[in-house]
Amino acid sequence: MNEQLLQANSNAHEANTELVLDIRNLKSHFFTAKGVVPAVDGVSIQVPPGKIIGIVGESGCGKSMTAMSVMGLLRYPGKIVGGSIILSGKEITHIRPKELAKIRGNEISMIFQEPMTSLNPVYPIGHQVREAILLHQKISKEEAKNRVIDIFRAVGIPEPQKRYYSFPHQLSGGLRQRVMIGMAMVCRPKVMIADEPTTALDVTIEAQILRLMKKLCEEQGTSIILITHNMGVVAEICDYVYVMYAGKVMEQAETFTLFEKNSHPYTQGLLKSIPKLDEKTDRLYTIDGVVPNLLHLPEGCSFCTRCSQAQKRCFSEKPYLYETGQNHGVRCFQYESGVHLDGK
Amino acid sequence: MKDKNEPNISAQIGEADTWLDKGKTLIRQNKLAALSALIILLIILAAVFAPVVAPYDHLQQSLTDRLKDPSAAHLLGTDELGRDVLSRIIFGARISLTIGLVPTLISMAIGTILGLFAGFYGGKTDFAIMRLADVMLAFPSLLLAMVVMYTMGGGLINIFIALSLVNWASTARIVRAQTLSLKEKEFVEAAKSVGVKKHVIMFRHILPNCLPSLIVLFTLNIPSAILSEASLSFLGIGAQPPSASWGLMAVRGKKYLFSEPWLSIAPSVAIMIVVLAFNFLGDGLRDVLDPYLKEQ
Amino acid sequence: MFSKVLKRIAISIPVLIGVVLAIFIMLRIVPGDPATTMMGEHVNPAVIEKISREMGLDQPMYVQFFKYVANALKGDFGTSYRLNRNVTQIILDSFPHTVKLSLLAALVAWIIGLSAGIIAAIRQNGLLDRLFMGCALMGVSMPVFMTALILQYVFAFKLKWFPVSGFDSFRAMILPAIVLGWNSAGSIARMTRSNLVEVMQNDFIRTARAKGLRENGVIVGHALKNAMLPVLTMMALQISSMLSGAVLTESVFGVPGIGRLAVNAIETRDMPLLQGTVIFTTILIILGNLIADLLYNVLDPRIREGI
Repeated sequence: MNEQLLQANSNAHEANTELVLDIRNLKSHFFTAKGVVPAVDGVSIQVPPGKIIGIVGESGCGKSMTAMSVMGLLRYPGKIVGGSIILSGKEITHIRPKELAKIRGNEISMIFQEPMTSLNPVYPIGHQVREAILLHQKISKEEAKNRVIDIFRAVGIPEPQKRYYSFPHQLSGGLRQRVMIGMAMVCRPKVMIADEPTTALDVTIEAQILRLMKKLCEEQGTSIILITHNMGVVAEICDYVYVMYAGKVMEQAETFTLFEKNSHPYTQGLLKSIPKLDEKTDRLYTIDGVVPNLLHLPEGCSFCTRCSQAQKRCFSEKPYLYETGQNHGVRCFQYESGVHLDGK
Repeated sequence: MKDKNEPNISAQIGEADTWLDKGKTLIRQNKLAALSALIILLIILAAVFAPVVAPYDHLQQSLTDRLKDPSAAHLLGTDELGRDVLSRIIFGARISLTIGLVPTLISMAIGTILGLFAGFYGGKTDFAIMRLADVMLAFPSLLLAMVVMYTMGGGLINIFIALSLVNWASTARIVRAQTLSLKEKEFVEAAKSVGVKKHVIMFRHILPNCLPSLIVLFTLNIPSAILSEASLSFLGIGAQPPSASWGLMAVRGKKYLFSEPWLSIAPSVAIMIVVLAFNFLGDGLRDVLDPYLKEQ
Repeated sequence: MFSKVLKRIAISIPVLIGVVLAIFIMLRIVPGDPATTMMGEHVNPAVIEKISREMGLDQPMYVQFFKYVANALKGDFGTSYRLNRNVTQIILDSFPHTVKLSLLAALVAWIIGLSAGIIAAIRQNGLLDRLFMGCALMGVSMPVFMTALILQYVFAFKLKWFPVSGFDSFRAMILPAIVLGWNSAGSIARMTRSNLVEVMQNDFIRTARAKGLRENGVIVGHALKNAMLPVLTMMALQISSMLSGAVLTESVFGVPGIGRLAVNAIETRDMPLLQGTVIFTTILIILGNLIADLLYNVLDPRIREGI
């Protein structure tokens, strides 16, 4: 870890804030039959307390893999091969399963994209949430049950006493996701990772769930890492945004900055492809091409094959993440004058 | 073992596995299956070239050589009529392999066609065929084969017929289930919408997609057919003397179990090796070819 | 729920009728005539005709069928030709032996099969997994009579721990039960393992891990119940293969059960007896499947409340 990087890390956010989660140069690779897939390739993310951090990108860009790595949920053939994950000052990258189990669901929790299948179909939902409490706290079952009913009320589940005994198939997708949020929040974790929590839900429900997450986050001081592909969602609730592409962070900035001064050609493309009601266009904007095969990434910048502003150099040399302003980093040669934010 | 929790990596790589890849995966992941394939190949060769491979004529009786212990001259000894056990086992492979392959092929062909029709046409056709399959599946297959053998009498040809008639129902069920899900797929809808004839859709579009499951099923049905023949012959209602059926050899050796155990154990071991090899191969193939069948 | 049970029972009835009809037809569409098949070719035609008339084999098949079903509903499966006794009586005499054998074997199969399957799944791809699954596949691949012969040779003949044959004491029952159970244990272990491994890929398993359960807790607390539901059905289906296996086991160990009865019936060409035993066992199997199905419905909350 060189000094420059430490400098950069402390520059990333207000220097006096203790980070609650600090992911440094994380690398997670998948060892498949066809070769090594660098799904997460040197990602650094800083999460201050009580903030909502967005990670955006197309599917397959490594955002879910980053989350799974942090939770220690990567399974064979995936493996963390480098970097470190520091949760409130404690290194958790390679801790023993027993220690990891104590942290999961307690200090750091996660909700998933698929509310329909994320709950065990053969147990009542109340028991499933209660289990999360009993695993981490020494309280009686009765007490735990009351806590579950409280959290059910807090996440807006109607008739929580009765619902306690419901089975997952008796609930709608929105309600199930509320149960999942309840389960994730019930131990008052420091960080909650939400992996596309609203993708499978109706648009009307989406807004409710997002508002609920934001409210709980503010009440309990929990930080949220929100993974999404939806720029609208980011604009609505995130404080800080990381744009990922092919396993790398392409741009990071405060939400307002990103929407005002989006600097990376990829971010520009993403923002342009949001349809706008007040503009009259014949066609929706799209970024040409598809996410590259992670096994055969271009030699240079991983975005060069789809970039409208690509120079000759972009095809042969990899750009660093350059600092272009307060809390703002861009991985593009156009901003080469800035300080390197990653430690290569 | 791939984990569904993770987004599908091969989808991210954007390349589907080819048949060659699958073969490589099979050999690399499952050495046992590859070894089994080799053993099966050797057994097939031994069966085809039995007269060359076998040290003696399998029907040659010799009263002076009765019940000899295994020795250099007779590796697995001789039976109560002085016939060389090893030679009989090598010739017996012909019976077991034929029984394993031919009736299985016939019953699976019947099952595939009925399953296709049931799944594709649905309604009354489906109901009739599937209730018939329910009836067939309700019988313990050995008892059903026994009934057929009672009616038609013992003998290898009749085992052929019995086993062909008995085992189609499970194939029909699986093919029907796959047809039902394939029927809803876009490529079938597309074929329908441009007016492709029904039987063409069934046999050109749906059947090829059932093929991986059918190959696995075939590999796994062979050993059960071999076991059925052995069991029927062991019960004395299958192959008749002097045939070198392994099941028949085992039951005839049973009389001498406590003095010359190899007489019944050796053919049993032969059955086990063949059955085990097919089962290992089938398991390996299933892991590589066919995620669908695992759910059955 | 109740209407579902009724519906499920209603579906079994045509299968039941179909089974009886199938056996009935199969035993009668012999090349030549059923009485000749029973008596052999070299018997005086007059005798054959007399038998044929006595047994009603000269009547049209549907008449025979309805008479048979009517009698069977009253518990009368006809009269054994060779033993000259009521088939129902003969079956009821041998049936307890088969039941004892099968229950003991099922006990062996479930204990060995379930524990091996669960351990293999927990140690997925580890040494124990490979060892157990290898043994399980051996169990499935060994002909029942082979297990029987080897155990008989080693434990009854060489070590003299158990009697060679017979079924009159508990000691005598142990070897046949192990032989019969061994085979089923293999399939149960394989099924348990593969179901557990399959269930472990579900999203809710990831949730269980994420809430802080350790791996063993995930398997026992969250995967097992889901995985056991299909295994339960499978255990019921095992009744069928167990009865098939019982035929062979009984034959090797000389157990006077229903399987031996069927083999004897074929050997002595006793058609009414064969017909009775096959129909009787098949009805048992259908009932077994029905019960397993209903049990499944009761245990799975998704199905319990009706879809």
